[in-house]
Amino acid sequence: MLAFAIKRLLHTIPILAIVSLIAFGMIKLVPGDPAVVMGGTNATAAEIDQIRRNLGLDQPFHVQLGAFYWNLLHGDLGNSLLLNVPVTSAIIERLPATLWLSAYAMLLTLIFGLATGIIAALRHNTWVDQAATTLALIGVSLPNFWLGLVMIVVFSVHLGWLPTSGFVDPAESIVGFLRTATMPAAALAMLQIGLLARITRSAMLEVLRQDYVRTARAKGLPEWVVVMKHALANAMIPIVTVVGLIFSVLISGSIVIETIFTIPGMGALLGNAILRRDYPMIQGGLLFVAAALMLLNLLADMLYAYFDPRVQVDRDG
Amino acid sequence: MSDALLSVRNLTTAFATESGRTIAVDDVSFDVRAGEAVGLIGESGSGKSVAALSILGLLPTPPARVLAGSAVFEGRDLLQMPAKELRRIRGKRIGMIFQEPMTSLNPVFPIGEQIAESLRLHERIGNEAARKRAIALLDRVGIPSASRRLDDYPHQLSGGMRQRVMIAIALACDPKLLIADEPTTALDVTVQAQLLDLLNDLRRETGMAMLLITHNMGVIAEFADRVVVMYSGRVAEEAPIETLFDAPRHPYTQGLLGATPTLAQTEARLRTIPGSLPDPAAPPPGCRFAPRCSFADAECSAARPAEISLAVGHRAACRRTDATKNWQAA
Ligand SMILES: Nc1ncnc2c1ncn2[C@@H]1O[C@H](COP(=O)(O)OP(=O)(O)O)[C@@H](O)[C@H]1O
Ligand SMILES: [Mg+2]
Repeated sequence: MLAFAIKRLLHTIPILAIVSLIAFGMIKLVPGDPAVVMGGTNATAAEIDQIRRNLGLDQPFHVQLGAFYWNLLHGDLGNSLLLNVPVTSAIIERLPATLWLSAYAMLLTLIFGLATGIIAALRHNTWVDQAATTLALIGVSLPNFWLGLVMIVVFSVHLGWLPTSGFVDPAESIVGFLRTATMPAAALAMLQIGLLARITRSAMLEVLRQDYVRTARAKGLPEWVVVMKHALANAMIPIVTVVGLIFSVLISGSIVIETIFTIPGMGALLGNAILRRDYPMIQGGLLFVAAALMLLNLLADMLYAYFDPRVQVDRDG
Repeated sequence: MSDALLSVRNLTTAFATESGRTIAVDDVSFDVRAGEAVGLIGESGSGKSVAALSILGLLPTPPARVLAGSAVFEGRDLLQMPAKELRRIRGKRIGMIFQEPMTSLNPVFPIGEQIAESLRLHERIGNEAARKRAIALLDRVGIPSASRRLDDYPHQLSGGMRQRVMIAIALACDPKLLIADEPTTALDVTVQAQLLDLLNDLRRETGMAMLLITHNMGVIAEFADRVVVMYSGRVAEEAPIETLFDAPRHPYTQGLLGATPTLAQTEARLRTIPGSLPDPAAPPPGCRFAPRCSFADAECSAARPAEISLAVGHRAACRRTDATKNWQAA
């Protein structure tokens, strides 16, 4: 499994190189002179020249590209034009909130998505199945920012149970984290719960018809062992392939949700960077998100290999 | 018969289908005595699997439903038993092997675990003890270097080896009865013979009874003490093995024997009787075999024939047993 992971990790290097090239090219592709755009309308010619020199835009293309990669290899993504701090440290400061929020939403998705899907499959074609399927459909059709706003109105404004905004790191206070992160995570997860429930239901229905499930029953195993061990272990194979995808969607989705709940994560950072044309920051954010998604993909592949012994990993080379 | 280990009476199982209700097993009765090997034979689609699965409550309900009958095992009716008690009999007192070795094992668990699981459940032994017994079982069913094979996954084994694993699972808790549903049909001929030999050896060793389902007369000949012939969901004839081969009285059985291949030529299965099984959704009235039967008269097609007792342990559901008396083995 370790060899498999390393091999897959090596595969991500060319992809990262391409993504970084795109990030680099982004500045080149801005219509007109990027330094003028960054300088804004009030900038003097001297200021624009300064920006150009700071970004190395006065250098020939290959020198710029070489410098970009050289800095990248040293973890240097340049300075934010807006915040005047290194992009890397700004991102590292904001990343935890986004990751915690996404992870919490992922946990909610797994718990409620799997449970709903399994129950629907077991009560196939009954009112329970229909209710679960309808709920899942509703979950899929509600936009998460709207859900977030409704939650704020209900739980914060009317009931006063939870704060409308802010974020407490779970390392500081678990209770504080749960109080601040539950609403945004739930709003974020709702769509994915619906999605996962539908996938789980169809995977379970498929698996429950298989001969090995009959074998498990013929052994006299209790029904819950038949379902939660013999059937679910097989249903997990198609499920994990979408779980990786769901996590990536959650990370991107949290950028929107963070804005609604004013959570100091990557969302606000990148949102501002985009509005204010903070190109180094956008570049850095793009690279970080791409790297995170690739790591997630790798994780999903490893989970897949774990759940399906027929997948050849390092066993036979 | 009070000495029966399993006594099936009037078993009737239906499937709900789009075109209405299909009766797959229609008023079927037979016994299996302790230590006895009973063959259940019939063309593919005659209801053998449905009968066996009904007895163990393994059919998906819906669409299947047992409409009537009883299956008394060791004095208690499996069909009326609470699910929890039935689970204590499945895999413990009654083992079952299925027709499809390629799909009957769970692809994501090692074979050793799939055997040990049964032992932990029914024998209440620990993990280590269960693994040891699993090795012994794999060894017993003829899997070479069993202790190294324990952690193999099903996809690493051939069909024949997988069926041996299924046998090991079925026999793990020393059942009194083994139901083997066409255990060799999906395998090639040499492997079939090896597996049948293995089952025969195991039966002699353990003294368990066996219900062997097959559509192959050659297999029956090598194996069974007594034979139940099914046709289109009903019992056509039941007889001790010698009687079945020397003096069958149901025209269908006679047709089967006329068409009997040896074990080595299983390809030419039971296909030489003209015609085919009736559509289970719309069976002919009266005797189901009448449309294919050279002895049939008008009345055969009018009413279901009664089962006639011909001798001790020999019965046939046929109105024309007088006319079928003069059968000569080919
Ligand atoms: N899942 C099912 N749904 C509907 N009908 C079924 C189903 N399984 C079996 N049957 C019916 O039962 C009949 C007998 O099937 P089966 O017992 O499998 O035959 P065999 O004697 O070959 O084992 C079939 O012809 C079919 O009409
Ligand atoms: Mg069958």
